[in-house]
Amino acid sequence: MSDAQKYWQANIRLVIGCLIVWFSVSFGAGILFVHQLNSITILGGYPLGFWFAQQGSIYTFVALIFFYAWRMNQLDKKFGVSED
Amino acid sequence: MTNLQMWTYAVVGATFLLYIFIAIKARATTTGEFYVAGKGVHPVLNGMATGADWMSAASFISMAGLIAFKGYDASVYLMGWTGGYCLLAMLLAPYLRKYGKFTVPEFIGDRFYSQTARVVAVICLIVASLTYVIGQMKGIGVAFSRFLEMPFETGLFVGMGIVFIYAVLGGMKGVTYTQIAQYCVLIFAYTVPAVFISLSLTGNAIPQLGLGSVMADGSGVHLLEKMDQTLTDLGFAAYTAQKGSTINMFLLTLSLMIGTAGLPHVITRFFTVPKVRDARSTAGWSLVFIALLYTTAPAVGAMARLNLINTIQADSVGADTSQNLKIDSLPAWFTNWEKTGLLKYEDKNGDGRIQYVGPNYKGVDANGNVVVNEMTKVDRDIMVLANPEIAQLPNWVIALVAAGGIAAALSTAAGLLLAISSAISHDIIKGIVAKDISDKGELMAGRIAMAGAICVAGWLGLNPPGFAAQTVALAFGLAASSIFPALMMGIFAKRVNNIGAVCGMLSGLSLTLVYIFWFKGWLFIPGTAMAPDNAANWWMGIAPGSFGAIGALVNFVVAITVSSFTAPPPEHIQHLVEDIRVPMGSKSAVDH
Repeated sequence: MSDAQKYWQANIRLVIGCLIVWFSVSFGAGILFVHQLNSITILGGYPLGFWFAQQGSIYTFVALIFFYAWRMNQLDKKFGVSED
Repeated sequence: MTNLQMWTYAVVGATFLLYIFIAIKARATTTGEFYVAGKGVHPVLNGMATGADWMSAASFISMAGLIAFKGYDASVYLMGWTGGYCLLAMLLAPYLRKYGKFTVPEFIGDRFYSQTARVVAVICLIVASLTYVIGQMKGIGVAFSRFLEMPFETGLFVGMGIVFIYAVLGGMKGVTYTQIAQYCVLIFAYTVPAVFISLSLTGNAIPQLGLGSVMADGSGVHLLEKMDQTLTDLGFAAYTAQKGSTINMFLLTLSLMIGTAGLPHVITRFFTVPKVRDARSTAGWSLVFIALLYTTAPAVGAMARLNLINTIQADSVGADTSQNLKIDSLPAWFTNWEKTGLLKYEDKNGDGRIQYVGPNYKGVDANGNVVVNEMTKVDRDIMVLANPEIAQLPNWVIALVAAGGIAAALSTAAGLLLAISSAISHDIIKGIVAKDISDKGELMAGRIAMAGAICVAGWLGLNPPGFAAQTVALAFGLAASSIFPALMMGIFAKRVNNIGAVCGMLSGLSLTLVYIFWFKGWLFIPGTAMAPDNAANWWMGIAPGSFGAIGALVNFVVAITVSSFTAPPPEHIQHLVEDIRVPMGSKSAVDH
């Protein structure tokens, strides 16, 4: 397999990993399992599912993008395809 | 003139002078500068400008109002409009930046080596952007009608005029720096009242934490518990409970996310960053600035609702109405909003007081009659603007919120109109109809297209298909079903060819459009809907706003299926795709 293919595969793996987290905090915790999670309260008076839907998912999205950007920059360097 | 009006004119006027000053300082002179801001805007600043571009009247004025009335169910807007940035950062932005062109249709036309694909992309872009501008017009109308104390329709016309002057004379370069200023104004305007109100209700100055805190009234009850309790006592559904169906919440969130990543005015911003690396971090910074408002909004919504109820229906429910709001001593905000026609009451039982109860309320009054709701109209879109008045905050804070709402609406409307005008002048006129048009002629065509778009959107904005945020949600569905799949397949699926992409876009867009028009009226014209817009008529219970995700799926399936039966893309296109997948060798930011 060529380096370009390996780079692309590593990229896809990273994106899939990030999107799994993206899906779990929003669609998972905020919508599909919201009732189950609401039986737990955090930060004082937040039902956990409600917190994920209106707060937690957004914080996670921010962290996720910066993590992705950082990992991609590493991959760019490792495979020698960075811009500089 | 009242003290509040003076403050409003002063603050709105001062912010306008600031924007105009910046716009003149950075006037667009070349076509390149008109469409995409100067190269080398730092990711943090670009993120801020993208934030302003992104956060429209829907986010600023409308969203917290929807949260106030829908509670947990409105989480779809919060997650949908932020989660899309993950898709944008990981699936589109860096690659589109590497390709380095002006407009979204240009990329689609090149990648799918077809003028037809480019034209179809222009159509998709115009349909989605125009729908979006309609939502902005509703928000602008609300803001101006309150601020100038005139009926909603007149406010809308004033707003149209200002948008016209603002967007047509400027251009992207002016817009970028103006938008940074607008971001600062709008985030300040949004958080100041939120902090005040959070402090007074919970004693916690951070609204994000205040929402989860104990009430400051000494009852020891958490704010969210108090909300649930008060609302159910009054016959409304509980705040944190789910009201709509799970499938609609799921699909609407997905539509909004995909739509976010497919909206041309946001994607265009990523063409302007200096490097591919910056495209990734710009998406992150944009979301940081957006999240500041989006995590505050749930607190604003909940607290606004609680204050509204406490003002009208103070403490007592049922037989004893002695604490209810008296009609002969209505507060100023109440009578001011009445003038706009967006807030109405009717003293049905003639007791001289207003009763505000929900549909499930069964309590009786002193005469043994069931109490009915007398707040006949509370337009959701007024909540954010009315919130500081209801909470009796100082006048300068109220003025600031008006300025913030106008900033949010203007910045997004300008960005969208720019996307529409560049699609028409650059992609259609320069790209296809008149290839030898001069720079000047192209600019003029762009401005004419912009003026046309404002008129159409303003006219449709008089009878919007929903509250500002709901109208905007429809625009996202349209972008989700047409543009995003084409862009994503253009990068990730080498085998998708010209015929596949065109069939995919057309089927996704038309299916979604017909589904929306079926329930909302053809071209949103009232009275032309084919079936009542309710769950009983929806296909599989899917609301028109949530349908974009289905449209996107159809787009993907059709494009891939059709491509597999037709000839693969030519060699040079396959090389092009391989090339945009690596950052190395990117040209400096667009400079045509």
